[in-house]
Amino acid sequence: MILTEGLRSAGAAVRLWFSPARVRAEGTTPDYRFSLANERTFLAWLRTGLALIGGGFAVDQFLPRLHQGLRVTCTVVLLVGGALCALRAVNHWVRCERAMRRGEDLPVTRFPTALALGVGVLAVAVVVLVLLGRTT
Amino acid sequence: MAGQAPPDAGPPRPAPDRDPGLQPERTRLAWRRTTLSATAVAVLAARQLLRSAAPGPVEVALTVLTGLLWIAFVALAHRRMQAMATGRPPGLSPRAALLLVGCTLALALCGAVILVRPGH
Repeated sequence: MILTEGLRSAGAAVRLWFSPARVRAEGTTPDYRFSLANERTFLAWLRTGLALIGGGFAVDQFLPRLHQGLRVTCTVVLLVGGALCALRAVNHWVRCERAMRRGEDLPVTRFPTALALGVGVLAVAVVVLVLLGRTT
Repeated sequence: MAGQAPPDAGPPRPAPDRDPGLQPERTRLAWRRTTLSATAVAVLAARQLLRSAAPGPVEVALTVLTGLLWIAFVALAHRRMQAMATGRPPGLSPRAALLLVGCTLALALCGAVILVRPGH
């Protein structure tokens, strides 16, 4: 029940990405400064995603003595996290833009908390792995 | 001081050709930072290829693709930065936002393919 509801709302969100005309048709155009602030937030999330992707490449390239399986796992986790951040960037941007046009409250999500916890756990894991010297 | 005019008695303000809060400027700098991040990621992705001993045609093709993705990213950002030159820039088009995110995802995918290729 919760799952189907979640899938439906995710589908609606993705449809919204591809129908910008529908977003523009709603409500009134907000102050351009608010739109620019929303754009900067979008860019900040995109940079977060890029940083995670770059971090994934860095783990693979700068920890050559780490066990290969662990290294590939860390890299893939970081690459997937970066991809999720990029998708979240555009999703949040569209939802904020729509909320501003409709004069609603801005959407709240748990994504930043989940990201912070995930990055923290991964950082601790990599530090422990490097300290233990899990070499090939 | 007797001769000083009160602070709000200046001449009538003309229509602004720039934002008094420098919002477009800050947004332009945010774009600049983002292109720098994308450049770092593209360089790391290319370095991923150069580390393999004998790059095959797939690696070369992926590197060329990475370069093209980077060019697309920077070109999109450049267009948007040019729009920031006016005092009241129009909003970001959703298509540009989607294209940028697509470039980012494709960069990650290129790196992942290079990473998991057998013989890496």
